[in-house]
Amino acid sequence: MATLRVPTPLRPYAGGQSEVKVQGGTVGEALAEVTRQHSALQPHLFAPDGQLRPYVNLFLNDEDVRDLQGLETPLEDSDRLMLIPSIAGG
Amino acid sequence: MSEDVTLSHEEILRYSRHLLIPDVGLEGQKKLKAAAVLVIGTGGLGSPVALYLAAAGVGRIGLVDYDVVDESNLQRQVIHGTSGVGVLKVESARERMLDLNPDITVEVYNEPFVSENAYRIAEPYDIIIDGTDNFPTRYLTNDLCVLTGKPNVYGSIFRFDGQLSVFDAKRGPCYRCLFPEPPPPGLVPSCAEGGVLGVLPGTIGTLQATEALKLILGIGTPMIGRLLLYDALTLSFDFVNLRKDPNCRVCGQNPTVTELIDYEQFCGVPGHDHDEGSAGKDWDIEPRELAERLERGEKIRLIDVREPHELEISRIEGEELIPLGQLAARMSELDSAQEIVLFCKAGTRSARALEVLASAGFRKMKNLHGGINAWAREVDTSLPVY
Repeated sequence: MATLRVPTPLRPYAGGQSEVKVQGGTVGEALAEVTRQHSALQPHLFAPDGQLRPYVNLFLNDEDVRDLQGLETPLEDSDRLMLIPSIAGG
Repeated sequence: MSEDVTLSHEEILRYSRHLLIPDVGLEGQKKLKAAAVLVIGTGGLGSPVALYLAAAGVGRIGLVDYDVVDESNLQRQVIHGTSGVGVLKVESARERMLDLNPDITVEVYNEPFVSENAYRIAEPYDIIIDGTDNFPTRYLTNDLCVLTGKPNVYGSIFRFDGQLSVFDAKRGPCYRCLFPEPPPPGLVPSCAEGGVLGVLPGTIGTLQATEALKLILGIGTPMIGRLLLYDALTLSFDFVNLRKDPNCRVCGQNPTVTELIDYEQFCGVPGHDHDEGSAGKDWDIEPRELAERLERGEKIRLIDVREPHELEISRIEGEELIPLGQLAARMSELDSAQEIVLFCKAGTRSARALEVLASAGFRKMKNLHGGINAWAREVDTSLPVY
């Protein structure tokens, strides 16, 4: 199963976990599975039209999924998905 | 520029360890002396940045901040000291930097960095370092750098997480290519609300200083088009590739942002990380007024929207805890016919809680202005302020 790295600001909505195992043939399926397990995450990731919110950055290994095939990007077991948050502290 | 620069014997001795590195050498040290770098913010990130740039001999360093040093800064803002509490941050920082290196020039700008003064302040500098603590100033810094063609050495922190990149729109993506829009107000707590590990800005700030020195010296591979994600808890450094967004509103092919805008309006939050939250005059209640009304025996439910671990620091007698994140789900525990006073540490989270309840139809409620910290200062001085 691939892993999803959950950044600190979103951890409260993912049961406090920093990494969760995700299952699915594509990035979109994996995220759907994660938001089924952690429903509180759903509104933080997706807009009502089902698209990723513009301030949510999702990277597959070291590439932005928007530069790949978006939510249709195929997912391998060894893959690492990373949610990259906007943080502003200094 | 650096051709006209010379180093005194004292400077040659001071920078001996730089001069010994072939990649720096005398030529590199002269480049550092001829360079001008602007550091926005003299807080957690700005502290190590300013100290290391000063020590390295960057000839002209500008500091922008309008705050004064506070006790709660000293856990991480290592350029300031206990004796500097109450002193302007830019003055406190300048004194420390000139003690470290009297051969440099430190220019200070004791003013908020805003659209009206940003061009003037940044004009003399080659490189801008983003050490700010809020979204509006980060978008301002980015747009200014894109519009003036200056590289933006970006660092950002929250609790145990850090980010670092170099946004140079002439050679790669800008901050808006990665974050076209700020998150909705309240989604990401600030450090004043959510806290930050004191050493974290040390890690990220020293990396920002490293990137600035590399840019000046023209050595190594700058972090253009790459983003570092640092997690102190697992001590992991992840790197991802960033691409220029052809549709970017400021650095794309058809930019719609061609001058500086109102960034507080754009982000929907204030351009500072002070946490004196207010829900607006009509909704705020002052600590003394609340104390008097409680004393008269009025029936008021005190709802604390902080996190459970904050109760160990301070609490108000009779309070009930409903953390802000749980409020929407636990609204049934509240009665809109009964008067409610919401409070948190300093009034920011409770003002947000008030909005949540207002949108659910609650009207008989107030926000404790200044939070339990104001209560500790004005009503119950046995409580600590944090």
